[in-house]
Amino acid sequence: MAYFDEEFLAKAEKVCARYPRRGAALLPLLGQVQKEKGFIPEEAMDELAAFLGVPRSRVSAVAGFYTMLRGSPAGKYHIQTCRGIACHMAGGPALSAALARKLGIEEGGTTPDGLFTISSVECLGACGSAPALLVNGRYFENMDEAALDALLDDLRHGRLERR
Amino acid sequence: MNERTLLRDNVADIAAYFAAGGWRPLKKALSMGRAAVIAEVTASGLRGRGGAGFPTGRKWSFVPQDAQGPRYLVCNADEGEPGAFKDRELLRRNPQAVLEGMAIAGYAIGASLGYIYIRGEFSAEAEFLTAAITAARAKGFLGANILGSGFDFDIHLHRGAGAYICGEETALLSSIEGLRGQPRLKPPFPAVKGLFGAPTVVNNAETLAAVPSILERGAAWYASTGSPDSPGTKLFCVSGAVNRPGVYELPLGVPFRELLETHCGGMKDGRKLKAVLPGGASSPALTAAEAMAVNMDYASLAAAGSMLGSGAVIVIEEGRCMVELLGVLARFYRHESCGQCAPCREGCAWADKLLAGLEAGRGRPSDVETLRSCAAAMTGRTICPLADSLALPALSFISKFRAEFDAHAAGRTCRAAGGGRLA
Ligand SMILES: Cc1cc2nc3c(=O)[nH]c(=O)nc-3n(C[C@H](O)[C@H](O)[C@H](O)COP(=O)(O)O)c2cc1C
Repeated sequence: MAYFDEEFLAKAEKVCARYPRRGAALLPLLGQVQKEKGFIPEEAMDELAAFLGVPRSRVSAVAGFYTMLRGSPAGKYHIQTCRGIACHMAGGPALSAALARKLGIEEGGTTPDGLFTISSVECLGACGSAPALLVNGRYFENMDEAALDALLDDLRHGRLERR
Repeated sequence: MNERTLLRDNVADIAAYFAAGGWRPLKKALSMGRAAVIAEVTASGLRGRGGAGFPTGRKWSFVPQDAQGPRYLVCNADEGEPGAFKDRELLRRNPQAVLEGMAIAGYAIGASLGYIYIRGEFSAEAEFLTAAITAARAKGFLGANILGSGFDFDIHLHRGAGAYICGEETALLSSIEGLRGQPRLKPPFPAVKGLFGAPTVVNNAETLAAVPSILERGAAWYASTGSPDSPGTKLFCVSGAVNRPGVYELPLGVPFRELLETHCGGMKDGRKLKAVLPGGASSPALTAAEAMAVNMDYASLAAAGSMLGSGAVIVIEEGRCMVELLGVLARFYRHESCGQCAPCREGCAWADKLLAGLEAGRGRPSDVETLRSCAAAMTGRTICPLADSLALPALSFISKFRAEFDAHAAGRTCRAAGGGRLA
């Protein structure tokens, strides 16, 4: 294993121990790779297949099935606006449009400085506090344009952690 | 029993949960024996809160008691249906009840391992649950030889990664096994051949959280609230144009009017009610008049032509365009169809396309009929009911709000306000 370090493999072994079959650790381990690398590189899939003893084709099929697993990296901050029905009714489309306008990019795009990627996602399950969005997986709810401005300002100053 | 047993205050921490009587029901269950536990839950009339309302005790009894080898208990916390946000609240406010319910269910079916399938986006909740599991292990409520009874039971978290279909129980099992989350044909049912080929019970998190109080206070106590066909309390998650959206634990059978006016503070800013999806994005719509006359339980909603589903109540106000809203649902189901069955894969895509055209004013008069027959052709023809989850709301929208669809098809733009404004 050249791609994964000892630490990852030790953790991965513990994940395998939760299941009666090693192959069941595939999704949690893909999730771990996504968390650490920001996407699922080809080398990671090669080595996961060998590590778990599952066909390489299954690893790509599984990685391609789940929307949270990305094939390529996003910007430093990935903002995902919810397009579920409750967020839609609470002004989600206007929020997404404002976000795109403020960053000068289209949905799915990344700012030239690599700071922001924006996309829309299906219902986030935050319908009681709509509209909602995610920044690198963290929920921000009851959003409006003022809250969006404050959020973008914080992100530009690297203050996601302090929120 | 008009009290809250699921969303109790201040029980998120294990010490507080224990102080409030928590983890004693497991001890009681262990002294009763498996058959008596299943009998008690059956007698309570508890029905599954994941959408289908299947009687919980009966589901447990389907696990062959004489089967050799392992069995599994799976808690479904995938919560992906648009409008649903109850399990997230439950996991935050009362995680120990979910764990204790799993241990009791595990004991009843003879499982020594349980998994919680939690939707991938709920990362904060996953961390919180991991800590809750660790705390329960440290106190000896999970792990080997629980409370000296000889019963072993442990729980692991399995996080999803963004796929609504994985909430469907057989897709969920495939997803845990490390496969794509595609539903499997039933039979065999999971109770006979489920996770890793072993007998498995899949229950919603809310269903499992109701179990400890049933064991503690008895089936008769539980059945004394709610309505005869729908005992107990239910988490209703209300979204849309109401003053106080949120999760409310109320007895089943509560009138929709009371839910709206008393609990949710009425319609937002005095707007008028137009329609309600009473059981999430997969339930047929009720008109305002139908909704104001209905009680929120399995039988009443079925009689009104809809369903209780997951208890996700989506409130739609006068002025909303139903073509646009159905388009939002179709886009969702198109994106989430696993693609296995042609009627679902093609039907969701076609409905989405037709609705996008109608919404944009590019529709043709025949489109409404095409949409209707497309939806009709999607029902009951697939491995899992995801296709029906679009088809049933679609048919209800078209039949109850036909004029809006026809106006769009005639190329007229809708006078109803869209979602393009901030509320
Ligand atoms: C497309 C689809 C999505 C589903 N999503 C969920 C879900 O997110 N959570 C859930 O508990 N049940 C969901 N279900 C229902 C499950 O298949 C299953 O019936 C349920 O988990 C059983 O638990 P219960 O008996 O406690 O209700 C879904 C069903 C379908 C067809």
